[in-house]
Amino acid sequence: MKGNEVIAEAAIKAGCRHYFGYPITPQTEISETLAKRMPKVGGLCMQAESEIAAINMVLGAASSGKRVLTSSSSPGLSLKSEGISYIVGSDVPCVIVNVQRAGPGLGGIQPGQADYYQATRAMGHGDMHIVVLAPASIQEVADMTMEAFDIADIYRTPVMILADGALGQMMEPVDFEAREAREIPEKTWAACGHQNKRAHNIVNSLYIEPEALEKIILERYERYNEIAEKEVKYEEYLTEDADIVIVAFGIAARIARTAVNKARAEGIKAGLLRPITLWPFPEKKLLSLSDTAKSFLAVELNMGQMVNDVKLAVENKKPVEFYGRTGGMLPSVDEVYEKLKEMSAKL
Amino acid sequence: MMTSILLAGFGGQGILFAGKQIAHAAMEQDKFVTWLPSYGPEMRGGTANCSVIVADEEIGSPLVAKPDIFIAMNIPSHDKFKNAVVPGGMIITDSSLISEPSERTDIKKIEIPATRLADENGLKGMANVIILGKLIKETGLFDYDFFLDAMISSIPASKAKLIDFNKKALEIGYNN
Repeated sequence: MKGNEVIAEAAIKAGCRHYFGYPITPQTEISETLAKRMPKVGGLCMQAESEIAAINMVLGAASSGKRVLTSSSSPGLSLKSEGISYIVGSDVPCVIVNVQRAGPGLGGIQPGQADYYQATRAMGHGDMHIVVLAPASIQEVADMTMEAFDIADIYRTPVMILADGALGQMMEPVDFEAREAREIPEKTWAACGHQNKRAHNIVNSLYIEPEALEKIILERYERYNEIAEKEVKYEEYLTEDADIVIVAFGIAARIARTAVNKARAEGIKAGLLRPITLWPFPEKKLLSLSDTAKSFLAVELNMGQMVNDVKLAVENKKPVEFYGRTGGMLPSVDEVYEKLKEMSAKL
Repeated sequence: MMTSILLAGFGGQGILFAGKQIAHAAMEQDKFVTWLPSYGPEMRGGTANCSVIVADEEIGSPLVAKPDIFIAMNIPSHDKFKNAVVPGGMIITDSSLISEPSERTDIKKIEIPATRLADENGLKGMANVIILGKLIKETGLFDYDFFLDAMISSIPASKAKLIDFNKKALEIGYNN
């Protein structure tokens, strides 16, 4: 199945029955699939009049405690950013998919990773984070879509699947039964009708009193700390004895992995650390790798964004270099290998 | 073992469908497999291509830049990718559309007039499946009957009437 179709199926599998979206290449198959599937499972797939409308419908539906999904591609996420900030401010869980294309502006429709900063730094205004998951295979697209709903519910936070056009469009075999669901706390906060059996719940992001707002934000940051403590995920490939550790996520990590194999065959000790959670970032792991690795190389489909998180994580202990392509171009295995060769000569 | 296949031609020739059939059959063999289409404006009338990788190990990049096997179904695609094929690789061309084969001598060049054969046999639009028959014959990637079964199993019930046409097209490709 195509990555986009897998996101749709996995959402249904995770119990999501509400989808609000607006079409944009290269992720339209998500709404297309859900438009067919949702009515069959008693759910709702709504094509809103705009991305802004869609994200505010997400806020409304998710406030009732239901599992809600929205999806878009890069320019659409910019439109959604205001609503996402409101959702964070309201402590409402939801899953947001960004099948990235190249930007800025309308940019192009080919794959990109240039929304890394937006996703991990500024997905909306205010002191805030969202959890960002970066799958690299279609199996992971399935597993992480389901996982995203669980994480969202456990921590009452939006969770983003940060994919790209290649993952959205490509096909690989997939098993929807591979993952075990997590235990979800009861949603005592949900505004879902109470027949006068309890005090009514209010879902809101407006706090006029600064003392009250600061307290809410501090509580939310306690949760962020817990997420950073418990939810960091990454994959290591041949890092143990690696002189050069590539750091790459998503589709770029797959290209990097093949380049690592090629470098190993030529006697260059390369390895790969693939962050699976981009926020929280696997900074502790990178810091510990800086004891053994001689240098790091960030490979991205952008002009160099995650590379700065790698630099922060390794605390200047080892040099960090960057290789990337942008505008919708994918780096070739040979380009990454040549960069490894060049770095290896400097060791 | 890893085989990288690139299929390219005009939008509408069934390039993506042909790629899917290879991917599906490989999946039925429990291989690692990736299928990546071009999804730009080219799929609306211009050139379309798709990358298929079949492997015994985990696949890195799903994009085929240097194919082991290149299936060319129009001249612009043939011109664009013929020099990307790895030495010792193979190009299969639809010779009813591509009259001049590549000048390369370090690859195996297979020609089959797939579009003409399709037209002559009442299989208009099924040159792609004819080429798949040729691919199986020339590469031995799949057993013929296994591939046929995999292909038939991927045809939805609503299109069951197409099974016989696909069967015939595959057979013509295999035997020409």
